[in-house]
Amino acid sequence: MQSSKNSLSSLWQRLFGHPVRAFGVVSLLLLISLAIAPAKNYFSEWRHYQRRYLTLIRSRGDAVTLQRHFHGGIQQIWLPQLGVVDRCTTCHVGLKEASLADVSAQPFRRHPVIPHTLDQFGCVMCHRGQGPATTVEEAHRSTLAWEQPTLPARFVQSSCGQCHRAPLTGTPQLNLGRNLLARYGCVHCHTIKLPDGSAIRPTDDPPSLEHIADKSTREWIYAWLKDPQAYAVTATMPNFKLSDPDARDISAFLIANSTPIPGDTVPAAKDLKAPDPTAGASLYGESFCASCHAVENAAGNVVGGNVGPELTRIGNKVKPEWLRAWLRNPRVYDSGTAMPHYRFTDQQVSLLTAFLGNKTDSDLLAKVHLDAPTPEQIAHGKLLVTEYGCASCHEIGGIKKPDNFAPELTRVGSRPLTQISFLPGMPHTVPDYISAKIRQPRSFGSALKMPQYTFAPAEADALTTALLSLTDRALDLPRALTVPAEPPSTYQPAGKAGQLMADLACFSCHAINGRGSDMAPDLSWEGSSVQRPWLQAFLKNPGTLRPALIRRMPRFNLSDSDVTELTDYIMTVYQTPAFDRDSMPSSGYPPTQVEQGRQLFYSKYACQSCHIVDTKVDKGYIGPTLTEVGSRLTAAWIYHWLKDPQAMRPGTIEPNRNMDDEDARALTAFLMTLKSSARQEAKK
Amino acid sequence: MRRPSGITLIVSLILISPGCARRPRPVSALKPTAFGAALVESSGGKQIGATGMVLAQPLAVQVNDEQGTAVTGALVEFSGPAGVSFDPAAGLTDSSGQLSTNVALGSMAGRYQLTANTLTKTRRSVELKIEELALEYQQQVGLQLDDRYCSRCHNPESTPERVSNSDNLEVKPHAFTDGVTLNKMTDADLTAIISHGGPALNKSALMPPYGYTLSKADIEALISYIRLISDPPYRASGMFDAQK
Repeated sequence: MQSSKNSLSSLWQRLFGHPVRAFGVVSLLLLISLAIAPAKNYFSEWRHYQRRYLTLIRSRGDAVTLQRHFHGGIQQIWLPQLGVVDRCTTCHVGLKEASLADVSAQPFRRHPVIPHTLDQFGCVMCHRGQGPATTVEEAHRSTLAWEQPTLPARFVQSSCGQCHRAPLTGTPQLNLGRNLLARYGCVHCHTIKLPDGSAIRPTDDPPSLEHIADKSTREWIYAWLKDPQAYAVTATMPNFKLSDPDARDISAFLIANSTPIPGDTVPAAKDLKAPDPTAGASLYGESFCASCHAVENAAGNVVGGNVGPELTRIGNKVKPEWLRAWLRNPRVYDSGTAMPHYRFTDQQVSLLTAFLGNKTDSDLLAKVHLDAPTPEQIAHGKLLVTEYGCASCHEIGGIKKPDNFAPELTRVGSRPLTQISFLPGMPHTVPDYISAKIRQPRSFGSALKMPQYTFAPAEADALTTALLSLTDRALDLPRALTVPAEPPSTYQPAGKAGQLMADLACFSCHAINGRGSDMAPDLSWEGSSVQRPWLQAFLKNPGTLRPALIRRMPRFNLSDSDVTELTDYIMTVYQTPAFDRDSMPSSGYPPTQVEQGRQLFYSKYACQSCHIVDTKVDKGYIGPTLTEVGSRLTAAWIYHWLKDPQAMRPGTIEPNRNMDDEDARALTAFLMTLKSSARQEAKK
Repeated sequence: MRRPSGITLIVSLILISPGCARRPRPVSALKPTAFGAALVESSGGKQIGATGMVLAQPLAVQVNDEQGTAVTGALVEFSGPAGVSFDPAAGLTDSSGQLSTNVALGSMAGRYQLTANTLTKTRRSVELKIEELALEYQQQVGLQLDDRYCSRCHNPESTPERVSNSDNLEVKPHAFTDGVTLNKMTDADLTAIISHGGPALNKSALMPPYGYTLSKADIEALISYIRLISDPPYRASGMFDAQK
């Protein structure tokens, strides 16, 4: 103790004992403290990276160019309109250098080629993080003063979605996520408002449960509630992880609550002989049911369309008397269904009923034994149906669709971390939270109602991406800076033809004036495109125009008057404003012009690579077969199509050949001579 | 005082020694219950994904014994270049001898060579190399354009949904993966043939011109995509090989 005190006092003596020495020591201390700030600046992270960058480029072939592009010091991109102050380019010095494509070390990589430039958009618009920061930690990670870290690369497409509401070619993940958001019922429970004030609308069509007892048995409902994917792997409905008693009570309530509709069941006719199962299978094929419905094959692959439900175990699900009525006219049970009214004969209906009724899985309902329900169970079932928000998706008699059943997700991408309850051990970021919620919703609490979905990891990421695009920035951007999606079309064809088109569910496959699906050709200008006799014959007995197509138009067994009604409407209403369909003759072209067209077809334009005009020599498989095109299309349509195919049908694979008038006329003349054999014979 | 410190020394040596033994392995709590002799790929190889994103299909590998029968309970470990992540990175094979993992590729565009690894009875390591591709934005656009405009003729593979037109053509189009041919063509050649059709390079007129249909940026995107998927790889400047 004494010795240390002595040594301290001797040290004091040595430093400050003499006034001159004291002055020297104090000056030195002052000098050192003054040097701290410049030293800190000199040894800052960004100077370190800039020095490393200069070392990196020195050994490269284009060192001089790179050196010239390099500017030392703090760099800043300032975009007041977007609220961007980004200093990222201080360390990320090589972002604009295309020649650095082989450099993988950060922060020196070049930026991948995208349609926007750094100077126009900055960095944080897409990558988030703290733009003005000049240290790695503050710029990239959550700090006390800044909670939003940079976005992981796997979700970066969400940033495109902040401004672009319509699908983009380069963002397949975002497009998929948005489709899933609307398709898998998320927006039935969660409201998502768009900047224009409208809300995202669901694209799935959950069935009404008001008359469920006519359609299905309680046992099937029970099995379905327990595990929808056990019935069909493609099922939209998620798993609510219901206990046995809860599933029992809900199924009891749904059956007890169901009311019958007259005509939605048809008893089996006795006079019809036992249907031949192979005939049922071929009718299923001929009717192109597989264009919309999928079936799991022996190899376990689900094959077919996804417009309607999967039919692998349909025999377990529906009662034969209901199926018979449904096949006869699905609109009796569900007026808005996407299924066309096929106009099957009674014989065909029983063939298909027997064929589909045999599609069962004996294991599915084997273990389901339910006793007659008690009134308490039914009452409890009703309570559960209300609690789980079943009416958010399904119409259920006596239960109103709940408003705002689940939290609104309009700004979920910017949700403050303080409003989120994270799981223990989970990184505290919004992307991690959303991703975990989608994958394992019930891990956040067993009492939560959000069901378990069966998304593949890439799909879950896509959904997370779509949700992360819903940020404050997305909502608050000036309207002029956003790229809105086309508003959904509410087009409705008029009159009797309109009713007929609703009955045949044309919009389930075709689009007209912006409404409908893209499975089959857009019909908005069909009236300018085809000739009347061809359309009439096609509606009666649709063939296929493209040899390689597997999804096809079914035959609806239309009556003559229905065909005339539809043909009249299509020919009159669905015309392009660009030209008059009768402006060019359908025959009578001079033989020299026809011959010139033939030459052009085979040599200059080599149309045979995609089209067939002579089945003996041509093999082209992509475009429609043109053997009878002179009887199908109008000359004016062919001519204008040749001049600019994309103008007639945006996105068509046929390229614009920048054809001059003479060539287009000659090719039209040649193609118009390709008449259907039936009509040529009639002429003779 | 002397004895306890000796014991501490021995105990700490025992604790440290496994760490020093041979090369370090990823710490894995999994204990294999069986050992195989060979590793084969079941599915999920040669996928085209996007930088930083999870591949659409999981990667599945199978462990077989000397007779070629599937081995259950063998430990498989996955590894890859920096930036690649696996979920899970290691696991035991299931009853059909398989283990599948979800792969997220790194943030550089290019080829990624992944490795699956298992041990034989004699503790010899068996490796399986799997290749995946990561596209960046521009190549992603190229892929979409290929899918819409080119693949019907240039991809000889048919699916039930989409029948290839390749065999119907008198002059067979080159697959975009055909690096032997396409790597010899310069970007200017490819731009010319896409814009002006086959005759621009004295090739078949069956290849139509797309210069009035696709924009300049579209064509650049397509070429960037073609260069990336080319096999053998295209090694002009501006390409990155993730194996490095």
